[in-house]
Amino acid sequence: MFDKKELEKIKQKKDEWVKNTYSEHIKKHPERKKKFENLSWNEIKGLYTPDDISQFDYIKDIGFPGEYPYLRGIHPTKYRGRLWTFRQFSGFGSAEETNKRYKYLLDHGETGLSVAFDYPTLYGYDTDHVMSRGEFGKCGVAISSLKDMEILFNGIPIDKVTTSMTINGPATIVWAFYIANAENRNIDRRIIGGTIQNDILKEYIAQKSFIFPPEPSMRLIVDTFEFGYKEVPRWNTISISGYHIREAGSTAVQELAFTVGDGLEYVKWALKRGLNIDDFAPRLSYFFNAHNDFFEEIAKYRAARRIWAKEMKKLGAKKPRSLLMRFHTQTAGCSLSSQQPEINISRVTLQALAAVIGGTQSLHTNSMDEALALPSEKAARIALRTQQIIAQESGVTDTVDPLGGSYYIEWLTDKMEEETYQYWDKVDKLGGVLSAIEKGFYQREIANASYKYQKEIEEKKRIVVGVNKYQMDEPIEIPILKMDEKGEERQINRLKKIRKDRNNAKFERNLIALRKAAESDENLMPFILDCVHSYATLGETCQVLRDVFGEYVEPAVY
Amino acid sequence: MERKIRVLVAKPGLDGHDRGAKIVARALRDAGMEVIYTGLHQTAEMIVDTAIQEDVDVVGLSLLSGAHMTLFIDVTKLLKEKGMEDVLVVGGGIIPEDDAPKLKKAGIAGVFGPGTHCDDIVEFIKKNVKR
Repeated sequence: MFDKKELEKIKQKKDEWVKNTYSEHIKKHPERKKKFENLSWNEIKGLYTPDDISQFDYIKDIGFPGEYPYLRGIHPTKYRGRLWTFRQFSGFGSAEETNKRYKYLLDHGETGLSVAFDYPTLYGYDTDHVMSRGEFGKCGVAISSLKDMEILFNGIPIDKVTTSMTINGPATIVWAFYIANAENRNIDRRIIGGTIQNDILKEYIAQKSFIFPPEPSMRLIVDTFEFGYKEVPRWNTISISGYHIREAGSTAVQELAFTVGDGLEYVKWALKRGLNIDDFAPRLSYFFNAHNDFFEEIAKYRAARRIWAKEMKKLGAKKPRSLLMRFHTQTAGCSLSSQQPEINISRVTLQALAAVIGGTQSLHTNSMDEALALPSEKAARIALRTQQIIAQESGVTDTVDPLGGSYYIEWLTDKMEEETYQYWDKVDKLGGVLSAIEKGFYQREIANASYKYQKEIEEKKRIVVGVNKYQMDEPIEIPILKMDEKGEERQINRLKKIRKDRNNAKFERNLIALRKAAESDENLMPFILDCVHSYATLGETCQVLRDVFGEYVEPAVY
Repeated sequence: MERKIRVLVAKPGLDGHDRGAKIVARALRDAGMEVIYTGLHQTAEMIVDTAIQEDVDVVGLSLLSGAHMTLFIDVTKLLKEKGMEDVLVVGGGIIPEDDAPKLKKAGIAGVFGPGTHCDDIVEFIKKNVKR
């Protein structure tokens, strides 16, 4: 980008600046800290200049939006054409209560839905299972059957609005509920749009809502890839997620490296099955965190896009759409304070701004009360309004990749990419992704980073406003969401009624067919769809798979 | 030599958020205690059985799913049934302010929310351990 002579001149000028201006200045006005570090413990210099990116080749390394390597974005016009999707992750209590919340959010300008399920649903248990005790509707909505899914989307135009569902272990079954519900409403499965998270690798690594061991889990995921591009072509069959890895305490670099590494692992499994990369790759999507360090987050998204495009090309992808990294972003729940909760609005604004400047396709902004409980209606509305302010008032949407070309951002983007490849070398040496999980490599890396971060907060090397500085001793005065206490009873009665009223002979035939298919290597999606259409519950369907596949128990390391 | 305080750090129920439990486990170990970590997905019975087998002085429960009012209290009830009332029980997670006094009444002696300094947990345990 710079010619040699020009660079020499800049370097010479910089040396003079250090000697004459900078060094003189800090004699009288020393810097606040000896060392400035970002959240991945990379040292950050006080000034970046062209010689920090002296190797860079604009056309090869950066290019243009909508063209390889997609560093500047996947669309030529980005938000000048269409804004990102305002998609608030939401769900609590029963399907009735959550349906009401969805309508409320849509009425207030939300443009996409995102379902949070409760723990029993995430583990493939019905509400009346013994392991569900105490968990009904607590951190998401309880969905135990097709009936619940019908109620959840009652009156919502699922032929128009897209829905993302955070479901992993039993993703095949919950997706089948959604498809079956559309079909019962005479909506063609070929036109419904949305996403299932369906990313089991990060469950073993960080989020921990796994059910089956890795091999059958990977098989189920490849089943969804195949069924998806053939039958539900507008559906994103996976959302490869760094969010939870970050929430578990990883650094930004670890989030980037582990997540894109997982993505490539899925591609390899699908190729092993014999699928054509350009058939399924266009429906792969990503999900990242937006944490506190503003520029680091922006560099992370940019690096992710470039790495993915490069690696997919290496794996043989030809269609441009197979090279595009499309991603959702959520602001960092773990960065919120329970102390002075209102100040979380400011944190969320900055994090969301980083996601937007980084080029996200959809965004969830956290509510201020989430370190205390699930969001109240008002808190959820303010969070949505925060996105709308960024979109409509700030002007950051007027140009594509506004920080592209910044010496600091380009240097940091390169640095994060380089460190990603270093992590991949380590994983390769451990025998690949699954073997690194079994050996506890990721889990240890994350636990170490999270402990180091916590210690730095406790030693006040890092400041968290309201937590270790500027504390106040005042009672917290924000309303906490209260749920319908009758919800659980209603749900259990509904399950009893379903089991009594359905055609039980048909139901049993379908479960037997599923078991047989699970024991073979057939694609399980059609069998699961038959089961849920005959009102087999989540727990009943999942139990068949548990019987055939077994359950995963993780090595408990801390 | 003085016997080290023995702590069982436990994750009841289905919640998989284990960042806090792991940090606290390390902090207690670094403070000289003996720490046993149950891993995930424990029922109250499993936790109390481990507490008996490992002869612990303290049980530390961690839950971020919101099921604390049921699952924490299951553990203290069962400890009482087994005659282990002298085991100190503490808990932490996403716990609304209104719930904390109710948990204390049910035998969870210390309740720690987000932003707690690990030293405060160490001090609390040292001061209140009964065995």
